[in-house]
Amino acid sequence: MNAETLEQVDAPPEAKRRARISVRNLDFFYDSNRALKSIAIDFPERQVTGLIGPSGCGKSTLLRVLNRMYDLYPGQRATGEVMMDGQNIISPDTDVNELRSRVGMVFQKPSPFPMTVYENIAFGVRLHEKLSKAQMDERVEWALSRAALWGEAKDRLNSSALGLSGGQQQRLCIARTIAVRPEIILLDEPTSALDPISTLKIEELIDELKADFTIVMVTHNMQQAARCADQVAFLYLGELVEVGAAAQIFTAPKQRRTREYITGRFG
Amino acid sequence: MTATQEHLVKSFDQDLKRLKNLLAEMGGIVESQMALAAQAILHHDAAAATRAVAADPRVDALEREVEQFVVQLLALRQPVADDLRQVVAALKITVHLERIGDYAANVARRGIVLNEYSLPFSLAGLAHMAQLVQQNLKTIVDAVGENDTAKALEVWRSDQAIDDVYTAIFRELITYMMEDPRSITPCTHLLFIAKNLERIGDHATNIAEIIHYAVTGETLPAARPKGDSSAHIAMPAKE
Repeated sequence: MNAETLEQVDAPPEAKRRARISVRNLDFFYDSNRALKSIAIDFPERQVTGLIGPSGCGKSTLLRVLNRMYDLYPGQRATGEVMMDGQNIISPDTDVNELRSRVGMVFQKPSPFPMTVYENIAFGVRLHEKLSKAQMDERVEWALSRAALWGEAKDRLNSSALGLSGGQQQRLCIARTIAVRPEIILLDEPTSALDPISTLKIEELIDELKADFTIVMVTHNMQQAARCADQVAFLYLGELVEVGAAAQIFTAPKQRRTREYITGRFG
Repeated sequence: MTATQEHLVKSFDQDLKRLKNLLAEMGGIVESQMALAAQAILHHDAAAATRAVAADPRVDALEREVEQFVVQLLALRQPVADDLRQVVAALKITVHLERIGDYAANVARRGIVLNEYSLPFSLAGLAHMAQLVQQNLKTIVDAVGENDTAKALEVWRSDQAIDDVYTAIFRELITYMMEDPRSITPCTHLLFIAKNLERIGDHATNIAEIIHYAVTGETLPAARPKGDSSAHIAMPAKE
């Protein structure tokens, strides 16, 4: 990617917001296997960036770099720059716990803790903040409301979260993530295990959340990327092939590989 | 820059092919309508005129078929990128082709009326204009079938010549009418015929712009070469 592409000369004004995270020259290795190759991309503040590409293209790897999820596994390492507030978050002196409180993550399968609905949310908050009972009640209500779950969950706060439906569980996971008030939310195929109506509820939620959070979402569903994302990045074989406004990518992509992938011509 | 590879879902390729075939059929019919209409006015061929008019219902039916098929494709295939541009282009092109068919039929109908008059002047200008329009129409129908932007641009640039001839015919016919009021009826029909031909040229140009966007993803500049200045012609009133 050259500098001109990054400036997105012909991107619409809304896509020209300040970059919340700036990635430059990022390489990622699973042992000796180079899974990301010289990635350069900006994630604009309070916008949704959709990462698309075939399985194994590196989109989930890129997502996992943004909160250092890969630190949990031996033999995985990243080099380059991932700048957030003037700090390279992949450098060893970054406090990973603090980073993960700022960069929340929601996974493909709803993964509530085997606790009550209330405790699912309070659990993470307690790790970072000391709140009174009243403050915690307020925080739980706020997070559930933001995740569009308060109405359905307010009468069962003390019931097990495992009794919720799949779509409700996923919204609970989003509530749990935003309860610690992160700045960035990473979504790894957040609706691939959900039915169409639950999916639309999550998509509507994403649309509301971007008023306050910068969102990066991996999705296999291209229509979902088209519906939810302001900016879309297409990765292939560890390379960032093209990044641009969603409207541009889905009506007139510039790169042949992007076009062939999104139109279903990929061999 | 046509599709280099086939879709993983082969039936989608078949759908897109069917869409192209429908447009090709429509294009072929309106091309022949135009040829028949020219034959009707230039060679006083009433049979040709009747055939041009008779083709119109088939063109209308094809327009509806393309429209329904496009709605179906959008709903069921959710095309994106060049596929989306092609499908939307088909929806627009079909409307222009249908209009072209209407204008050609109208020219043919007026040809039947003109047969009742013996004109004391030559129709050389109109013959020239019809020839230019037919050429552009043929080129644009080919361009639709082949996604050929070079041919589309050729039509886009050459419409000015049609406009120029139209302006000249407009002046000429006004002169005849001023010289002899008995020529007003046939000359009025001829004016409408010339105007219809000019409109066919414009629709061909619009199709050229649609093809260009469908194939390249970029729009042509808003200002294209134009030459119709008949709107500014004022003849001196008779003393």
